[in-house]
Amino acid sequence: MTTPAPASTERGAYAIRMQGIDKSFGPVRANREATLEVVTGEIHALVGENGAGKSTLMRILGGLQKPDAGTLEVNGRDVTGWTTSDAIAAGIGVVHQHFMLVSTLTVAENIVLGEEPVSGGRFDEARANSEVEALSKETGLKVSADRRIADLSVGEAQRVEILKTLFRGARILVLDEPTAVLSPPEVRELWTVLRRLREGGGTIVLITHRLDEVIDISDTITVMRAGETVARLRTSETTPAQIAKAMVGRDVALTSRDEISALGASMPGGAGSTEFKASSDMSSALNVTELVVLGSRGTHEVDGVTLSIRPGEILGIAGVEGNGQTELIEALAGLRPCASGSIRLDGHDVTYKSVAERRSAGLSHIPEDRHRRGLILDYSIADNLVLGLQEAFSTRGMLNGANISSNAKRQIEAFDIRPPSAVLPARALSGGNQQKVVVAREMGREFSVLLASQPTRGVDVGAIEFIHSRLREARAAGKAVLLVSAELNEVLALSDRVAVMYRGRFAAVLPVAEATEDVLGEYMIGMKTDEAVA
Amino acid sequence: MNPFDFLTQTLRIAIPYLFAASGGVIAERAGIISLSLEGYMLTGAFSATLGTFYSGSPWIGLLCGILGGLVFGLIHALATIRYRADQVVVGIAINLLAIGVTRFFLQLAFESSSNSPRIEGFGASAAARGFDNPLLWMGLLSAPVLAFFLYKTRYGLRVRAVGEHPDAAASVGISVARIRYLSVALSGMLAALGGVFLALDQHQFTDQMTAGRGFIAVAAVIFGRWDPVRAALACLLFAAAETLQIQLQGTEVIASQFVSMIPYVLTIIALAGVVGRAVPPAALGKTGE
Repeated sequence: MTTPAPASTERGAYAIRMQGIDKSFGPVRANREATLEVVTGEIHALVGENGAGKSTLMRILGGLQKPDAGTLEVNGRDVTGWTTSDAIAAGIGVVHQHFMLVSTLTVAENIVLGEEPVSGGRFDEARANSEVEALSKETGLKVSADRRIADLSVGEAQRVEILKTLFRGARILVLDEPTAVLSPPEVRELWTVLRRLREGGGTIVLITHRLDEVIDISDTITVMRAGETVARLRTSETTPAQIAKAMVGRDVALTSRDEISALGASMPGGAGSTEFKASSDMSSALNVTELVVLGSRGTHEVDGVTLSIRPGEILGIAGVEGNGQTELIEALAGLRPCASGSIRLDGHDVTYKSVAERRSAGLSHIPEDRHRRGLILDYSIADNLVLGLQEAFSTRGMLNGANISSNAKRQIEAFDIRPPSAVLPARALSGGNQQKVVVAREMGREFSVLLASQPTRGVDVGAIEFIHSRLREARAAGKAVLLVSAELNEVLALSDRVAVMYRGRFAAVLPVAEATEDVLGEYMIGMKTDEAVA
Repeated sequence: MNPFDFLTQTLRIAIPYLFAASGGVIAERAGIISLSLEGYMLTGAFSATLGTFYSGSPWIGLLCGILGGLVFGLIHALATIRYRADQVVVGIAINLLAIGVTRFFLQLAFESSSNSPRIEGFGASAAARGFDNPLLWMGLLSAPVLAFFLYKTRYGLRVRAVGEHPDAAASVGISVARIRYLSVALSGMLAALGGVFLALDQHQFTDQMTAGRGFIAVAAVIFGRWDPVRAALACLLFAAAETLQIQLQGTEVIASQFVSMIPYVLTIIALAGVVGRAVPPAALGKTGE
């Protein structure tokens, strides 16, 4: 950016100007009078809780949806209600949160898809490859054109996504939660790329709900809440606390690490708390020895993991996704067979026990994908709250409706599930409230060990805060918690000890006081590895 | 039986499979489950009979056969793409519809519940042993031509993209519905040609004359792991097994029933992952939001 952001009166300087945008889906108003003004050549962060209307606004920008009211200007031209191809032609490139890549095709094929070079009726693969390689060199986004997407790491796949938009001549890049799947070094690399694009005159809109990222990279911030634009801030003049307050409309207890360690001594069950020190000589609640779990192709996805967790302790597992965390959790939960090794729950061997047996032995599990494993979306909230606990809610083989609804009423209140209606299908809830249903079911019962896998993935700040405090309460109540999270901050904020998983093994196990993002980062990408047991 | 006879017999049995399997590959690569091959074939056979009978020309019959397959393909496409109906259910419904419709018109046109009168066919010369039948060559060429289309043209690339990740294709401005309509229509026409060959080869239409060949073709598609050339090789293998079974009838070497099981047994083995994992197109059968 060569010139400072001009005052809002200078129309031509806006790359994007959305004003008074209204958009309803049936009874739900996703956007109400939403405003977004992005100056050419800046990195603009669009933040807000889930369901705040960020995605809808971006879908309107990208031509996937038409607004009910309001105007959209791109580079000073009124383009309200345009189509996807209009938007692409005008230089808008959207990098979706879930990659829009065909995994069986090559990098080059994905990048040119829809605008394939042709010679003599044939798809010109050689030219596609050379064009992609030239673009890769020019932008510094390193990819190999002829590799298949299925063989790439997440970071590489994301580079392909960005190249895909640049290949179509994008000058305005919209990135939807781009860092959710990246390791810290990959995030830093992405920032370098985005800054370089900005220096080249590109405009970037970054959708995120990680406040540290917003502070790191953006020039300007737009905050949305409940479909409305509630603040437009200059990054240099604001603080994370102010942004968070604007997002949820009230003060939020930020679980950044420094604040936690500062509060640790005084907070019940906080990191460094002494409340459960007595437990150090108690036998561990979960004990895993030399566990090996095979993947679907016979590979060792978990390759000799040993860990034990005491009552009143949270062991956090950090690591880039796909290094065996999913398989480890599934094996512990009983969803995946163990090839060798043993699992002991409160001293009892459960290695070959079924899911149901482990659950009744005191194991609770918040699965990483609530849609796949956590909920039945078409069942009511009340029914979802008793999944797997049907026995306890039955009399003589029949479900006891009265018990189920009184349980639902209690849980909805205790876990603040909104809207507070037991009969709504889970599908009707926001991501954060769906997650609360899962958390309520798993934590609102008797348990001694909790497996919490990505417990706050895709949920809003308010729900994150709530779930974090529940996890701390569980620790204070003497539960053993195994936490797996792609959010390094979350692992650092909650755990007593941190293990880093790399290629199916623990590359490091550190007390949280010694774990910093830089130290962990090296282990996460395999630059360093100690054979560690937790 | 000399080897040459074995070869001609195998080819004659393989041609309907080759057409139908090519049709199956193109639809499934675009993400639409293709259980309706049997129905397309039956429709193709009947339309070709009708066309040939009234015009006296097998070429007109061939065109009518293609048209019949196209109509049924479009019904299938409309139900699965536009109305997002369950693709397995629609596939089975198309097969039942084809049986009913052909039987109805058989009665109406020829006043028979079993078969049509004799019609002209291709390949008049007995000396040529069927090699003067243009459909034979079309059938043999269908797989290599389809492979070229799928792997070497831009539309083929789009078909593969749509079958794997329709959202990705849509996000770059490709019309998923259009690609799927085209693929299923093409699938109907190709498979119908298999039925056309049958009817012209036997010089008549008989009720339910396809007799499960469409399902053998589905098996070939899976056994061939959704690749046109491998699927064609599977068709030839199945046809060779069938020829062998015919030869073995009446001999005591091995019960012929075991030989007729070969296609199905091979398909089960293929699905179980013995000869490399059979990975279908990722979006196969997904009707989408």
